[in-house]
Amino acid sequence: MDLTEFFHMGGYAFYVWTSYGIALLVLLANVIIPARQRKKLLAGIARSTRRARRTT
Amino acid sequence: MKSDSLTRAFALLLKRDLTLAVRHRAEMINPLLFFILVTSLFPLGIGADPRLLQAVGPGVIWVAALLAALLSLEGIFRSDFEDGTLEQLLLSSHPVSVLVLAKVLAHWLITGLPLLLVSPLLGVLLGLPAAAIQILLLTLVLGTPVLSLLGAVGVALTVGLRKGGMILSLLVLPLYVPLLIFAANAVDTAAAGLPVTAHLSLISALLVLALSLSPLATAAALRISLS
Amino acid sequence: MNFFHRLSSPKYFYRFAGRLLPWLAAAFVLFTLAGLYYGLVVAPPDYQQGDSYRIMFIHVPAAWMSLFIYMVMAGAGAIGLIWHIKLAEVFSISSATIGASFTFLALVTGSIWGKPMWGTWWVWDARLTSELILLFLYLGVIALHNAIDDKRTAARATAILAIVGVVNIPIIHYSVEWWNTLHQGPTVTKFDKPSIHLSMLIPLLLMAVAFKLYYALVVLMRARCEVLERERNTQWVRELVE
Repeated sequence: MDLTEFFHMGGYAFYVWTSYGIALLVLLANVIIPARQRKKLLAGIARSTRRARRTT
Repeated sequence: MKSDSLTRAFALLLKRDLTLAVRHRAEMINPLLFFILVTSLFPLGIGADPRLLQAVGPGVIWVAALLAALLSLEGIFRSDFEDGTLEQLLLSSHPVSVLVLAKVLAHWLITGLPLLLVSPLLGVLLGLPAAAIQILLLTLVLGTPVLSLLGAVGVALTVGLRKGGMILSLLVLPLYVPLLIFAANAVDTAAAGLPVTAHLSLISALLVLALSLSPLATAAALRISLS
Repeated sequence: MNFFHRLSSPKYFYRFAGRLLPWLAAAFVLFTLAGLYYGLVVAPPDYQQGDSYRIMFIHVPAAWMSLFIYMVMAGAGAIGLIWHIKLAEVFSISSATIGASFTFLALVTGSIWGKPMWGTWWVWDARLTSELILLFLYLGVIALHNAIDDKRTAARATAILAIVGVVNIPIIHYSVEWWNTLHQGPTVTKFDKPSIHLSMLIPLLLMAVAFKLYYALVVLMRARCEVLERERNTQWVRELVE
């Protein structure tokens, strides 16, 4: 089957691709958020360690 | 010997809670009024067609009962938590789950029983036939203790929180769904003149399950909340 | 045995999980590509539902995961509660948001799938209604955890809630199924079995495995964050940032 047929999904293109699109968003979000959070945490800990070392 | 003092502790706690409630009689009225008001709002909202009211009646009354129970649940541990009695209860040598049962029983007598007494009136307001009102009463007798028992777990989990009341509904209402389904349908089925023994058996099973398991969960939750 | 002992130490877990992540990611991508290929390209259209049934390859595994993750969350919570194992607590709470996400995904894809089939964006189908209640159960766990300041207390309280929830899930599921047969009448929902045969079963199972790998990936990522948060004042974390 050719590419246009594939995207057409027998007339159900909106439903199928919206579903898969939302799935992609949800899965991406759940990976990106912890990744960012880890970086933020490490930065925060580094800051407070530096601060503590400066005052001791 | 041990069980004798446990029975006494149970009876004392029950009596204390009931006495306290009677002293604040006004507080007992609120959930009851809420129950009546919410039920009465429905005809105003959806129209007074008797067939429509009879069709939605059982569900409406039961949802109103759920909400009224939720409203009244807060008080079950709140004042004891604030004045330190709850900690004392946890420190006593008696199993906490039994003491919890006493408090839940008191709560049911104070809030669940009045709902029962008022429900035939509401049944009439919504045009339910006599057979349905009978079953409504029966489902409430079996079901309102379940509301108190399950609700107590939710309250125990949130008693130490500043805004515990807000998430209490979120925690407890999903747990009420099976009871709502079976009870409302039992009344519906009775209104159609069909037998409801299966429904009542299921609701009784829920009651037995709640009686045996929820005091344990409540006790565990109280210990965690007060740690 | 020694491995599990060391694993329960947060420091060791953090490093071990970190090394596992790229493998899990690679396996997830592989299985997803395979599943998508077999599901979107190879599998033929359904004679009744046309190509719209392909939503099933997201909807059904997502629903399976929503239930599976709740059970893991409750189980890990119970282990943490009974044996006071910190890592179990971490796993439990790290699973909550992912489980809720899968539940949300199952609901949304179920709703979208229903539109071409039933003409409405929502049907009070047994599965969708159960998933909705499951979502509330998840949100309750997340809300309770956020409401309690102390991490230890929060973990223990949510463990109790999760255990109470897990006991109720079969009861809720059964009662909703029963309720649904009453009110839907003889219409049979076509949500999960469009006459399933091998060409549809294979992509379904591939996606199911893919989602499990994804869960493992994400729960480890969240668990690492949780561990960092809890252990921020320890020596090994300080050394980590240098």
